[in-house]
Amino acid sequence: MTHQFPSLSPEQKKELSDIAQRIVAPGKGILAADESTGTMGKRLEKIKVENSEENRRYFRDLLFSTDPSISNCVGGIIFFHETLYQKSDSGKLFPQVIKDKGIVVGIKVDKGTAGLNGTDGETTTQGLDGLSERCAQYKKDGCDFAKWRCVLKISDSCPTSVAIAENANVLARYASICQQNGLVPIVEPEILPDGTHDLLRCQYVTEKVLAAVYKALSDHHVYLEGTLLKPNMVTAGQSCAKKFTPQEVAMATVTALRRTVPASVPGICFLSGGQSEEEASLNLNAINQVPLNRPWKLSFSYGRALQASALAAWQGKTANKAAAQEAFCSRAKINGLASKGEYKASGSADQASMQSLFSASYIY
Amino acid sequence: MTHQYPALTTEQKKELQEIAERITAPGKGILAADESTGSMGKRLNPIGVENTEENRRRYRQLLFTADQRIDSCIGGVIFFHETLYQNTDDGTNFSQLIKDRGIVVGIKVDKGVVPLAGTDGETTTQGLDGLSERCAQYKKDGADFAKWRSVLKISENTPSELAIMENANVLARYASICQQNGIVPIVEPEILPDGEHDLKRCQYVSEKVLAAVYKALSDHHVYLEGTLLKPNMVTPGHSCPTKVSHEEIAMATVTALRRTVPPAVTGVTFLSGGQSEEDASINLNAINNCPLAKPWALTFSYGRALQASALNAWRGELSNEKAATEEFITRAEANSKAALGKYQSSGSGTAAGKSLYVENHAY
Repeated sequence: MTHQFPSLSPEQKKELSDIAQRIVAPGKGILAADESTGTMGKRLEKIKVENSEENRRYFRDLLFSTDPSISNCVGGIIFFHETLYQKSDSGKLFPQVIKDKGIVVGIKVDKGTAGLNGTDGETTTQGLDGLSERCAQYKKDGCDFAKWRCVLKISDSCPTSVAIAENANVLARYASICQQNGLVPIVEPEILPDGTHDLLRCQYVTEKVLAAVYKALSDHHVYLEGTLLKPNMVTAGQSCAKKFTPQEVAMATVTALRRTVPASVPGICFLSGGQSEEEASLNLNAINQVPLNRPWKLSFSYGRALQASALAAWQGKTANKAAAQEAFCSRAKINGLASKGEYKASGSADQASMQSLFSASYIY
Repeated sequence: MTHQYPALTTEQKKELQEIAERITAPGKGILAADESTGSMGKRLNPIGVENTEENRRRYRQLLFTADQRIDSCIGGVIFFHETLYQNTDDGTNFSQLIKDRGIVVGIKVDKGVVPLAGTDGETTTQGLDGLSERCAQYKKDGADFAKWRSVLKISENTPSELAIMENANVLARYASICQQNGIVPIVEPEILPDGEHDLKRCQYVSEKVLAAVYKALSDHHVYLEGTLLKPNMVTPGHSCPTKVSHEEIAMATVTALRRTVPPAVTGVTFLSGGQSEEDASINLNAINNCPLAKPWALTFSYGRALQASALNAWRGELSNEKAATEEFITRAEANSKAALGKYQSSGSGTAAGKSLYVENHAY
């Protein structure tokens, strides 16, 4: 290992760093509106709405044309490719609608998972082919950040070292390519919540996975100040018999991050996974109250946890548009507060008594 | 990779973390008094003192018997094996003396460098054999932390991947063994300042080395909250024609650490390398004034930078002992202030210093 061949100029670094800082400005997080066509189908089916291009456009328009005050709690929105080229009712391209609100435009760039042969159903993620050219085009079309999702699972034998190494490596390649094209890469190594494992097991796996991710990012010369992390919170498996409080989830999560995520990473935007809207907000709030030094912003990048109520209120009917927007606004504001540790759920104790729920002496 | 087989109990973790926090409490740092017999010879020769066991004892005594002014500056003292079992003139064991004043006792446990065959003069460090038993004994004899020094160098084709990987691995094995015995490991991956390389090159190498070290610590299941890091500051090589300011050193150093050292690490205690006493203090001060978020304690683990003036004042004379101790106290107090970012060396103004910080995106 010899001399450095700088992958980025100081100007490129500054641009990436500034974009990342804008996305996770205090009180702000990300709306993950990048559901693929197939996934959107699953969302629309639940409210008996046809999965047509127009319906998908209509619903995204509903979200994007919400009251401009939304930009106080939403710093960035992740798009799916199709949506990037759709227009609002007013005829304006969606990226422009978003940019006019001062919100940063992001784009999902991975092409889904692919099987790792010889493993117990583990996967890697594809999408590196021609990624540089695609990123350059997305940058021209108004995007300033990208997202790529890798998936790992916990079971008796998983995740294996090959799954961890392969996903960490592909995330680092993606991140490196994005930065060359002025896009801030959101690095997402999701560990699925499925399973009967407990909180400690999830924490252990999360620490190992994140250590591998940051070693790979270092090996690939990725500029950390110009990246964001989108991890799972540390939770017990969905089928775990034991239940854990938001404070326990928060402490385990922050501990795992403190042991693996360098302070130079400007922000960590959690995925909501299978959590309900309220759970996702309560957990994020508890995370922002953990009495440990947290040198990165801890915010949200929520899909379902921001949109579930809005979808339910909409039901595909134009008459429900305002109500749906109100529901979305409400969740966005709540998560904005949660990202500052200031969310008071109705009926919940005040901050002081919440703090006492943290087992300060419990060592994770 | 499947289930976790916890390496440490909750109680063991708590003990280790508390020790690490005591050593790096605000305003405190480490006196590295662990010079081996050979190294002590190099210190005593220039002042015309014979390298005898008695002279080494007398010298450490004048450091360890400094008055209460050092109690708020020194959190830990690293001993060499011989010194751990020596006594003051009135028969008080040195380790006990240090412990009784509330300072944590540490012990150097490595057995020096050995060459890595097939490399350009690179080395690894030995000392793992029987290390667990030695640590258990040191713990009984009063030690609560240990130190192990690995060495890397910058040149056209070094450090090589092998040197980085091997040293990171041996540091992780050492750390793991220490923790099993209730001893906080100070992890020291020193990159020598020798060479003509510039500041950026040193920063790049430091980042790669530290990334490897923390991956190895993770792989070996080391409990980071119960460790300390003893790195080099990021500086240009000694023979580099370009001189840089203290603020540039500070920015490059803090940037490298922010990119590699997890926030869970309790403290970073810099080695002074070849720096003068004053430079080591000014640089540490600049580091603590660097306008970037620094989630770990940033303090000192100085040998020469705490002792150079003391040795010079002593010159082996009994009548010079008080003066020598005073010199040590002066440096201890200076570095304590520097660890809080409050050191003002005569002739420099802190206000002027702050504005010299180069924007961090340039790093």
